[in-house]
Amino acid sequence: MAPASTPLSLLSSVRGHGDPATDTGWEDHPPRMGFFTDTSICIGCKACEVACKEWNHVPDDGFSFTGMSFDNTGGLGADTWRHVAFVEQRKPLADQEANTQHDGVAGDELRWLMASDVCKHCTDAACLDVCPTGALFRTEFGTVVVQEDVCNGCGYCVPACPYGVIDQRKDDGRVWKCTLCYDRLGVGMEPACAKACPTDSIQFGPLEELRVRADQRVTELQASGLTDARLYGHDPHDGVGGAGAFFLLLDEPEVYGLPPDPVVTTRDLPRMWKRAAVAAGGLLAGIVALGIGGRS
Amino acid sequence: MSSTDHAPTNGHVPADRPGRRSGSDVTRDGLRNIRPDRDALVGVNAGAPRRERRRRDPQSMVPDATFASYYGRPVLNPPTWAPLDIAGYLFLGGLAGSSSALAAVAAFRGRRRLATRLELGAAGAIGLSLVALVHDLGRPARFVNMLRVLKPTSPMSVGSWLLSLYAPAAFGTAAAAVLGGRLRLLRRLGPVARAGAAVTGPAVAAYTAVLIADTAVPAWHEGHAELPFVFVGSAASAGGGLGLLTAPVAEAGPARRVGVAGGAVELAASRLMRRRMGLPAEAFEQGRAGALMKASEALTVAGVAGAVAGRRSRVVSALSGACLLAGSACQRFGIFHAGVQSAEDPRYTVEPQRERAGAAAAPGPG
Repeated sequence: MAPASTPLSLLSSVRGHGDPATDTGWEDHPPRMGFFTDTSICIGCKACEVACKEWNHVPDDGFSFTGMSFDNTGGLGADTWRHVAFVEQRKPLADQEANTQHDGVAGDELRWLMASDVCKHCTDAACLDVCPTGALFRTEFGTVVVQEDVCNGCGYCVPACPYGVIDQRKDDGRVWKCTLCYDRLGVGMEPACAKACPTDSIQFGPLEELRVRADQRVTELQASGLTDARLYGHDPHDGVGGAGAFFLLLDEPEVYGLPPDPVVTTRDLPRMWKRAAVAAGGLLAGIVALGIGGRS
Repeated sequence: MSSTDHAPTNGHVPADRPGRRSGSDVTRDGLRNIRPDRDALVGVNAGAPRRERRRRDPQSMVPDATFASYYGRPVLNPPTWAPLDIAGYLFLGGLAGSSSALAAVAAFRGRRRLATRLELGAAGAIGLSLVALVHDLGRPARFVNMLRVLKPTSPMSVGSWLLSLYAPAAFGTAAAAVLGGRLRLLRRLGPVARAGAAVTGPAVAAYTAVLIADTAVPAWHEGHAELPFVFVGSAASAGGGLGLLTAPVAEAGPARRVGVAGGAVELAASRLMRRRMGLPAEAFEQGRAGALMKASEALTVAGVAGAVAGRRSRVVSALSGACLLAGSACQRFGIFHAGVQSAEDPRYTVEPQRERAGAAAAPGPG
């Protein structure tokens, strides 16, 4: 088992990054595993959503009709660990021309973006940092997992997550999110969503390898005229120290409901503690001075 | 198909929103353009011209960000905390912490009645806080898991340990004040408990600012530099208010001074926080948060004025104390709701991040 508590000086967002599993105290661990979700080949089949629910016994997330294109899932939450976003845009997809009528009106084609979102398994994971019970922990694969037998449902991780991933299951009280199929990884299998993905839009593997593959893919797409293609969450120097699950997107992140430049909140924590210490000291000193100082 | 073919057919004329072009042909309620709000927008340059920016810096080199979102849905998952439990705790914890410190000073100066009433108030407030905190847990029976580890990276963990020191001290002080005459052990432990509560109390009052600032919630995190001072000011205002409300005028001097100074710090720090925060400060002006913040300012100003002017009147002093208490409570509930509101609107998450990313990418001035 990994050490449950982390001194403030060990906050990797403050100290700088190494391998997250090594930083947590794992010895002799496997390489960091993750997802590369290439949304340019996502066909919106939602096999990932279904496979995730089946494998992980995730209950239904409501049967509502949202009217948001083909997306009736809404977003990630306690009962949605994979979420396929559907974006409809009146914007041409690179130089491609649709087979339908052409009347010379620029930008009249509909383009349909689909993207399967998931927990980012951040290098600097705010949910893990703020968890008061140690229920959230870093696995030997560098992923972030909730121990359901420890979580007491305090809910602190929910507003701490900069991506809106983890959430509380109302009738259960505890919080839930993607485990990157920790149980499957342990026996050498790939996560259920990646296994089920028919186009390999969801790719699973050692993060280092995935990053190389993603760099090649984005270069290829841009060369073919898809200049909107960009990687999201691949940079180890970004606000969360790089995501363990990163993406190739075809538009700005916020179009898919992703934050454009998230920063782990605990990066500012040492400064916050200092400020609070000054404030607490000031309160005590002020009360003593004002209480003793006056004549009345 | 040209874009002119998309005129609405069911009699609903879409609101005139230049720039907010729909991309989708079919929506839940019919053809395109009927519900322009539910369409994802294209890219950063396709956002609608939005409401007038607050205080735009004319010197700024950063271009105005425009705003796109996924069907207007929030980026963050909003806090699951119940307002009554958690905003209530922010208030009661502050009240208890400052009351304990003030009670110790009052006892030192021989103000027995002021000290006793503050000590009872502190014990009651922290007792209610513990009930609220356990009640808010998804699994209340597992509250003891809070003491499973000590994590400085988790303000809630630090707070749990702090409360496990402070609450027994506050209860012990109150017990000594009530039963000390009859029980020798309590009489002897009383001063130790009082000193312990006086030292840990201000920490309880201040740490809650870090607790809520250490989240991705824009209206909380962006105020992290000033929030501890808002909270200790608000705590001192509440503690002083409790003293003014409960103690006779002859003994209330220390409470009066602490309440007035605390109220002034609360007003100034809260204003400063909202001025420096940037865009998420809007959340403090709207909806329930806006009403609570306005009420808080009015009540605190009235309480400070009454406490200064009515120093000879028991009635005016008590009313001023009640105003300070209510002002402090409104401040905490207002900040709580502002945070929830800012998390529910993707604009407060996306726009400041866009500006930050733009500023980092743009060449610096000169």
